[in-house]
Amino acid sequence: MANKTKAVVHVRLKEGVLDPQGVTIHKALLQMGYPEFTSVRSGRFFELEIDSESGSADARIEEVCRKLLANPVIETFTVEKPE
Amino acid sequence: MKVGVVTFPGSNCDYDAYAAVRFILQEDVEFLWHKSQDLLGCDLVVLPGGFSYGDYLRGGAIARFSPIMESVVRFAASGGLVMGICNGFQVLTECGLLPGALMRNSHLRFSCKYVNLRVENAATRFTSVCREGDILRIPIAHGEGNYYFHDRDVQRLEDESRVVFRYVTADGEATESANPNGSLNNIAGIVNAEGNVLGMMPHPERAMEEILGSADGLRVFESVRAAYQTTAGV
Repeated sequence: MANKTKAVVHVRLKEGVLDPQGVTIHKALLQMGYPEFTSVRSGRFFELEIDSESGSADARIEEVCRKLLANPVIETFTVEKPE
Repeated sequence: MKVGVVTFPGSNCDYDAYAAVRFILQEDVEFLWHKSQDLLGCDLVVLPGGFSYGDYLRGGAIARFSPIMESVVRFAASGGLVMGICNGFQVLTECGLLPGALMRNSHLRFSCKYVNLRVENAATRFTSVCREGDILRIPIAHGEGNYYFHDRDVQRLEDESRVVFRYVTADGEATESANPNGSLNNIAGIVNAEGNVLGMMPHPERAMEEILGSADGLRVFESVRAAYQTTAGV
């Protein structure tokens, strides 16, 4: 039976790309009385389950991140594999 | 000229585009189903507005992997005319036929209103019946139309005159207040390097008759027809 691999992918906007959602959330925090929060950046994350050994899944995970989950023009991604 | 209008699940301007071509432009038009790979011999492919795949992930991100898009990419590579409107523009940037990306509007609201577009380049196949500096009144309706590209690359687009339409005031000034979504340099529409693929956020197919508010969108369609007739020697 094939092993299952889990991965968590975080996609975030590249540095320097304006994040209107983050800016708006940050403004809300200031209004709510949390002046010590100086910046908010938003992003999204995905939990993936893959039908293959952990090592051999890496290249495929990377591939789907580049092709679909993130738009390389504006976003970067990180992959974590929980034990 | 035969026009193909692609229908993705969630497209909602496909009938508008179909009606614009059939009843106003009075040319042949067919719907192209997203699961098909057959472009039915069309001379122009229109990727219409809407919310393909519910705009899940990012606008256009999933639609670009539809079977029909493989054919559209090949068609474009062989010089075929392709026009992406609104969600169609997003699909074109996602699949790499056009550079850059369309991000969430800077004010985070869905924006639905008439805008003024200045024709920046009247030598393209999509603007040939216009003159440079003409102002077209055409509606927008989008939440993710904020055109973004790296500074250096935007400059290259500008240098190559590939910015076709820019959001301006009624007087033709590209001011911040005339920019409905935060797009870099007020960019509303661009073409690819070869000039056969156009992407624009505003909806020319919704501005085809004076009685419905504006007929300025017709000039975009008339330009494409003129380009087709020149190429085909009609």
